[in-house]
Amino acid sequence: MIGGIAGVLLALIGMVEAFSQRDIINNLISMGHTLLLLVAVFFGYLAAKRTTRAELLWILVNSLISGLIVGGLVALLVIVGSLINLRKVFVNAMPLLYELLTFKQGTQVGVFLLLLAGAMSGVLAGLFFISPQIIRRMLIMPLTGIIGAGVLQDMLRPTFALWGPLAIINEWLYTANGLTLNGAIGLFILIAAVSLFWAKRGSSIKTGVRHLPPKGQHILKITSLLILIFILLVLPQILGLFLSEVLTIVGLYVLLGLGLNIVVGFAGLLDLGYVAFFAIGAYTMAILTSPELAFFNLSFWGALPFAIIMGVISGVILGVPVLKMRGDYLAIATLGFGEIIRILVLSDFLRPWLGGAQGVGKIPKASVGGFEFAGPPQIYYLILAGCFLVAFISWRLRDSRLGRAWMAVREDEDVAQALGVNLVATKLLAFATGAAFSALSGAIFASKLSSVYPHSFNVMISINIICLIIVGGMGSIPGVIVGSIALVGLPELLREFAEYRLLVYGAALVAMMLLKPEGLWPSEIRRRELHGDELVETKQASRDEAPASGQ
Amino acid sequence: MAILTANKATKRFGGLVAVDELDLEIQENSIHSIIGPNGAGKTTFFNCVTGFYRPEVGEIFFNNHSLVGLLPDQIVRLGIARTYQNIRLFPNLTAMENILVGLHSHLKAGFFGIVLELPATRQEEKIAVEEARRLLRFVNLAGKGDFLAKNLPYGDQRRLEIGRALAARPKLLLLDEPTAGMNPRETQEMMDFIQHLRDALGITILLIEHQMRVVMGISEIVTVLDYGKKISEGTPAVIQKDPKVIEAYLGRGSAIEAHGA
Repeated sequence: MIGGIAGVLLALIGMVEAFSQRDIINNLISMGHTLLLLVAVFFGYLAAKRTTRAELLWILVNSLISGLIVGGLVALLVIVGSLINLRKVFVNAMPLLYELLTFKQGTQVGVFLLLLAGAMSGVLAGLFFISPQIIRRMLIMPLTGIIGAGVLQDMLRPTFALWGPLAIINEWLYTANGLTLNGAIGLFILIAAVSLFWAKRGSSIKTGVRHLPPKGQHILKITSLLILIFILLVLPQILGLFLSEVLTIVGLYVLLGLGLNIVVGFAGLLDLGYVAFFAIGAYTMAILTSPELAFFNLSFWGALPFAIIMGVISGVILGVPVLKMRGDYLAIATLGFGEIIRILVLSDFLRPWLGGAQGVGKIPKASVGGFEFAGPPQIYYLILAGCFLVAFISWRLRDSRLGRAWMAVREDEDVAQALGVNLVATKLLAFATGAAFSALSGAIFASKLSSVYPHSFNVMISINIICLIIVGGMGSIPGVIVGSIALVGLPELLREFAEYRLLVYGAALVAMMLLKPEGLWPSEIRRRELHGDELVETKQASRDEAPASGQ
Repeated sequence: MAILTANKATKRFGGLVAVDELDLEIQENSIHSIIGPNGAGKTTFFNCVTGFYRPEVGEIFFNNHSLVGLLPDQIVRLGIARTYQNIRLFPNLTAMENILVGLHSHLKAGFFGIVLELPATRQEEKIAVEEARRLLRFVNLAGKGDFLAKNLPYGDQRRLEIGRALAARPKLLLLDEPTAGMNPRETQEMMDFIQHLRDALGITILLIEHQMRVVMGISEIVTVLDYGKKISEGTPAVIQKDPKVIEAYLGRGSAIEAHGA
């Protein structure tokens, strides 16, 4: 039922339509259809999982029914749509949509096809549920790969085309609008083979690595780290202008995320006005460097320390009045702070200094020696360096006396204080450190755009950052990076998503809370905390029994 | 010599007088119990000593230092640590980290020392971890240091909380119902442990307790509170015969148990 409604909703809001402009496999299946099929498959799988009786038949029947319901409801939409004009309410319910939904076969055949497709995907999901692990893996990995390759074709194609040998693969894999059929089959087999190999050999390789002497392991770690750094360094050269731009945006969000991670993830102070510090960093950079305002005309490097110091100062200024607030009250107060800064910047009163709604322009680019961080591929390096620095500082702080004090405050403020944690100093330090990282991000942002405008600093940015921290994993440093890629990078890549960005955010947050509340890449402790419970409990159970039997 | 002295300490909540002109002297190196019916003001007095509450009237001195008006983090630095009636560990930190937080006031590392990992910081952290390990062993939690505090069994959590309080290197340890919810065997172990704390570490212990067996078994002095007032004080033997105490407890069965103990 819910699946069907979800399917209908997706169709009605126009997502299917927008997505179907992009074929995953040329002329065979589009992204819109894939989305609907995935809904049917997902609910078929869920139904199979929920089935209480163990007989295979029941599982299959259940998943069939749920697939059928999804197909049926979408079919119902088509029938209703052909009888009544739904466009008055749902702008997207236009003839094109019905054509898509019925596979261009007219209403009657289309409805039948829809039911069939729903039922088929339901049964497939059921079969998938009862099939052994290895087959599941061999199916799911290549399918994900194909969908990924289809969805990301706009990025992958130009990248491939740049390189001689890869261009041939490119020709074979893609046509103008999607994967070729041959390419898709080839990709399927390739990924299936790789995943089969990994399933067979992966564990032995892993144990092999674990059995290496500590020195060998150390070397392995360092080499993989070096390879990673090397990849990160050459990335903008390979990826071209557009992808480098996306990378710089992701990088700026990583900087912001790492800063807020200290405030929210470590110290547990929910700050919804975090964008204010980003704005303060950007505007400090603008005021100090822009010849338009002609106050100081410093260089980027000359202004950067001031931007960060301004961040620290404003962090403390925000921190002092909200020291005694907790939870919801703190969130509301910080939200207000964020808006105050934005409105101040917009105000006519401060216009001579901050440029008002027109913003400040002509902010110079940063340069080192003769190298100018002009376009995205160059600024990328600046941001990468910033990310490394900030990640390093976060990581050092986390494992220290201060990091522990932050976490103690997060867990129980009163007890932390009774153990000697100075609440004022600890909270202000968290606010100031987070604000400094954010101001750094803002300063680079200003230099990247060469201009700053008040509307770049709305509350949505704060919310984005909170979302990416939650999705990545609260208090986890790699989680911030994963979250930024997932919530900032992917929507930039999938231009179809742009309109539905908030919808996807909401859905992603709800799904995360239900399925993986500790985040995509939880911090070490969190991982032990939520998914390691069973393990720990069994260990404890056996230990509890031991003294009892000894009595 | 008295390590802690309360002088007409009074704490009111609106019209309710939770602690009423309480005079109390805790002798150094003693095990001193505070008992009394529920709502007698025992925990409120603890909160006054540790700085959670500020008494409106009266004074509390610790080694001739006035505690009134100090913040909890200043008081713990003077050498008073406590545990809580309902265990209040940091649930999402490991046992080890809980104890390291307890050591917080004895560490000095600052922001730049940590980020640059100066030799002094590194050395300090190494010593702190060693001390935390030693404390884990002391409270009989060796090998469980990497467990999250909330995943530990109840008895372990009680002992971890004491370990965390000990990490602050207190001269006076306030224990709020350390044996609550324990079976007789665990209770006996806890009693031995408290005795050991005093004998081995020379820590003065002030405890709130409901189990008369514990109170009568280990305390040297017992103070009885009722409605925020001290109604009796003395050795366990004296307390058990005091008619006022029996009256305060009358009908609760505890008086009968007290006679039996």
